[in-house]
Amino acid sequence: MTTTTTSPLAKKKYRLPFLKKVRENPATQGFTLISPSLIYLGIFLLLPLVLVVILSFMTRGPYGNVVYRINLDNYVRLIDPLYLRTLGYSVYTAAFTTVATIIIGYPLAYYIARVPYRQRSLLLFLILVPFWTNFIIRIYAWIMILRNEGFLNSLLQNLGITQAPLEILYTPTAVLIGMVYEFLPFMVLPLYTSLEKVDLSLLEAAADLGARPLKAFLRVTLPLSIPGMIAGSILVFIPAMGMFVVPDLMGGAKTVLVGNLIRNQFLTSRDWPFGAAASMLLLILTLVLTLVYTRKAGFGEEFLV
Amino acid sequence: MASEPEYAVEMRDVVKRFPTPEGGEVFAVNHVSIQIKQGEFFSLLGPSGCGKTTSLRMIAGFEWPTSGEIYIDGNPAGRTPPFLRRVNTVFQSYALFQHMTVFQNVAFGLEMEKIPKPEIRRRVGEVLEMVQMGNLGGRKPKQLSGGQQQRVALARALIKKPAVLLLDEPLGALDLKLRKEMQLELKALQMDVGITFVYVTHDQGEALTMSDRIAVMNRGEALQVGSPVEIYERPNCRFVADFIGESNFVPGTVKSLDGEFVRVYLPNLDLEVSGLPQAQLSTGEAVVVSVRPEKIRLTDQPVVNQANIPARVMNTVYIGSDTSVIIEAGKGVRLKVWEQNKISTLDPRAYYTRGQEVYATLFPENTLVLPEV
Repeated sequence: MTTTTTSPLAKKKYRLPFLKKVRENPATQGFTLISPSLIYLGIFLLLPLVLVVILSFMTRGPYGNVVYRINLDNYVRLIDPLYLRTLGYSVYTAAFTTVATIIIGYPLAYYIARVPYRQRSLLLFLILVPFWTNFIIRIYAWIMILRNEGFLNSLLQNLGITQAPLEILYTPTAVLIGMVYEFLPFMVLPLYTSLEKVDLSLLEAAADLGARPLKAFLRVTLPLSIPGMIAGSILVFIPAMGMFVVPDLMGGAKTVLVGNLIRNQFLTSRDWPFGAAASMLLLILTLVLTLVYTRKAGFGEEFLV
Repeated sequence: MASEPEYAVEMRDVVKRFPTPEGGEVFAVNHVSIQIKQGEFFSLLGPSGCGKTTSLRMIAGFEWPTSGEIYIDGNPAGRTPPFLRRVNTVFQSYALFQHMTVFQNVAFGLEMEKIPKPEIRRRVGEVLEMVQMGNLGGRKPKQLSGGQQQRVALARALIKKPAVLLLDEPLGALDLKLRKEMQLELKALQMDVGITFVYVTHDQGEALTMSDRIAVMNRGEALQVGSPVEIYERPNCRFVADFIGESNFVPGTVKSLDGEFVRVYLPNLDLEVSGLPQAQLSTGEAVVVSVRPEKIRLTDQPVVNQANIPARVMNTVYIGSDTSVIIEAGKGVRLKVWEQNKISTLDPRAYYTRGQEVYATLFPENTLVLPEV
């Protein structure tokens, strides 16, 4: 026995010699280990994506069917100012939603991260409670609040603040309210996680070195919460870009976002290839914006004061 | 400087109470009065929960006394917030800003004072040089070893030229060898910069090595304040004698007061010894006699004119420089004795062996008589 054995597998006898090769090759071993995730992502992400990409280069048939003839017509159609305006408006809405959730969510997350531990779990629980109710039902609750004879308007009129009902529902404002409401928890939770990790002794150290509370916040707490802000922004911005339920229900027919456009192509116009092309445009735009944002924010701490 | 007040920090009858979750109150610091002189290396020494860190945090301004007053450089600190105190802290966990480089961490304190950029650069360079971190200014704290992070924390506080530097167990996270090195380095640095250091530690060896004076604390009270020699050689109570170094304790009663010495009867040894009283004692009072292990003399023959205690060797442990001998005398009284191995020999007859009959001698000047409790 002078042979040196490097792997316990080397001693095993295989009936089929090629299995030995497969089992003992480090590359196949690694591949085997990650295969569950690979198979999952392959079936649920890669395959549909490839289908959409292929579809986007096809043509709509006269009866809403798909004609398999490769061309760029769908993408050329998208350059139309009408569609570009829709896209621009979607970016604006998603960006507004992201910024608004940061502005509203930051103080909330900060507060939760600073209260005693027991109250903290209760407050986090309250943040999550809305998810127990169906999204559509919660949107209808907002419609009840915002409509002309709704809770908000009767309150304002009874208090004598307004004479006539404010027209909020079925306007872009209503869409923004609905979007901010819907995505707020997705901003609060990652912000809370990063704020909770900011060691209080760091703030004591800042005070010790002569920083007043506001300075200590700007120089220590805020930069250390940037990762949470980035994570929250991604969680809000990406789904907000594709959102179509809120504009449908709260924006009336007036507000059309790219999400509505895509949905209409697939379900109403039955133009699957054009819908697929619009989806591709949304995907690429979101990807680029997210990359640019995270890159900028990553350098952000140097710009802060 | 002649104009400076005598004390850098003075705690006058300071009390700090914290509410407990059960609705009661706990005395973290209980009527502590301590005077820390200018330029002194002063240690607060005690077990965890003794109030040493709370005292330090009150000097820093992170906590306010429930009653009493703290004076910094002769001025009452009152409720002055930390950012207005001429006091800086080296935190136990270092509390370095992870999102800033070493340079930015050290510069932070000067930026708060709105000092011009070129001067900040110069002073940060100087202080980093002083703690031997001159070439690592561009690193982030995560890229440094524990000892290096320690140096950054020190530099960040020292650059502010504080009246008092507070250090909260700064060497606690370092390994033993590095800790010993840093102890000497810190002491040398303190003598170099001449700033008053207030040093919190639970490590009595560390306190003895570095301090000019030590306050031994327990359960919120400062039991004794004195130089390392005073604390070790003349502890004023059983807790101090026990916490600093090792000691043998034998209960007894005061028989008579005899000038400088007292005569104490030790019932368990059926013996009367002379010792130095460390408090006001009266005849008949129950006391405890304390003798350090290295101060008991062992002989195999009785010594003339001394109180010889016949005893038997129960166990010996050879530890290189010394041999630790456990002897038993009287009614099961066990005493620990350290015999210094002054002669290099392999001859087993030079060492005590288990079961051997010996005589222990207690010298009156090595025998401390402490009040019970």
